Amino acid sequence: MLSKRIIICLDVREGKTTKGIKFKGNIDIGDPVVMAEEYYEQGVDELVFYDITASSDKRDIIIDVVDNVAKNIFIPFSVGGGIRTLDDMYKVLNAGAEKISVNTAAVLNPELISQGAKVFGSQCIVLGMDAKRVKRSDSIPSGYEVWINGGRTPMGIDAVEWAKKVQDLGSGEICLNSIDADGSNEGYELTLTSLISEAVTIPVIASGGAGTPEHLRDVFVKCDADAALIASMVHYGHYTVGQIKASLAKEGIPIRELI
Amino acid sequence: MISIVDYKAGNLTSVERALKHLGVPCRITEKPREIASSERVIFPGVGAAGKAMEVIRSRNLDKVIYDVIARKIPFLGICLGAQIILDKSEEDNATCLKVIPGVSRRFPDVGIKIPHMGWNDLSIVRNHPVLEGINQRAQFYFVHSFYPDPESHENIIATTRYGVSFASIIGMGNVVATQFHPEKSGRYGLQVLKNFCEWDGELE
Repeated sequence: MLSKRIIICLDVREGKTTKGIKFKGNIDIGDPVVMAEEYYEQGVDELVFYDITASSDKRDIIIDVVDNVAKNIFIPFSVGGGIRTLDDMYKVLNAGAEKISVNTAAVLNPELISQGAKVFGSQCIVLGMDAKRVKRSDSIPSGYEVWINGGRTPMGIDAVEWAKKVQDLGSGEICLNSIDADGSNEGYELTLTSLISEAVTIPVIASGGAGTPEHLRDVFVKCDADAALIASMVHYGHYTVGQIKASLAKEGIPIRELI
Repeated sequence: MISIVDYKAGNLTSVERALKHLGVPCRITEKPREIASSERVIFPGVGAAGKAMEVIRSRNLDKVIYDVIARKIPFLGICLGAQIILDKSEEDNATCLKVIPGVSRRFPDVGIKIPHMGWNDLSIVRNHPVLEGINQRAQFYFVHSFYPDPESHENIIATTRYGVSFASIIGMGNVVATQFHPEKSGRYGLQVLKNFCEWDGELE
């Protein structure tokens, strides 16, 4: 049986892992290469590195991180943040990443998805979406709006419509981040996750808000998410991957055991 | 020296990295002469069957593949490489390499998400040298929308369930192929690669 995936997200700024709260204020918490190796040993199923480096002249640092991670880690990992062109995608994949995550650039230029899927294959293209709860309206019938620029700019695009569109354009997976839940440790945005999961046939990764194993259980059971993204609950040592998986296995959720 | 066949289908560097990690000398190559002179051949790939077959034929890679297989050189197909060694593929309606009789089929629309993406287990149908030391509960990383469906049960080494039960490892003589990505499947994936690198191509 296909296991539900647990994916750890590492936000990387100028080569260091950081953690922010509600997209604002970041503190450095470690070396992403060392952290990735530790999580690999703990049995994580996949990793995501988001490059949140602000200055463009320091962007190549992430390629070194990817290269060093890929030498010692033999599970899939994706890289997002600042990927705007096919050349950016090529560099990241060639350094050893399995997938590329596109977010702001794909909203501004949806063809980036179809071009990337055509050149590298749909399985390489993860669409990262930041969505925020808003009042339902004619332009936002689902009540969830797509925001870009790390949750700073509303786009007037309905999250459900955008999810369907990116699937049609050839995205292989959607990583759905709730701006409202992000950093809260109070659980995933279940309504949003269900809406998106029901609207598309490609896998959906729930993101934003995980604080306990029960939060993962809920998003797997209630929303049929295919994967759950976690960050602070492991970065701050509250849980190990093994503890989270043991708790999910006890609830009958299919997971990959570390054996 | 192991040759990793480059037919412009996806990212081959992850297979190369995994072999380097295992300390096995290898090279990524599209040169028929280099492939013909290697001790073992790995045939990876992601992407579409039609395009892959076009590239393979236009570069005369089909002939060298038939040559190394006929000379009993151990041959490992991975992912797309496990599909296009069959007769044909439902993807692009492509005529494939016809190394193992069978067809590569698309997952049926039975309420499952396609692609099949993530970690899944194996039911081992018959022992094979590449499965030496693999824990029965080990899981492997899959990403695919089509799966190998060999004609003969004899060519199925392991199956996996996702909507349907499909052949996740197939083989015939010195040819073995995994639908999953051993290079992305943690320590047991590395073990499969290591086993292949030590296999002489003979079956007991």
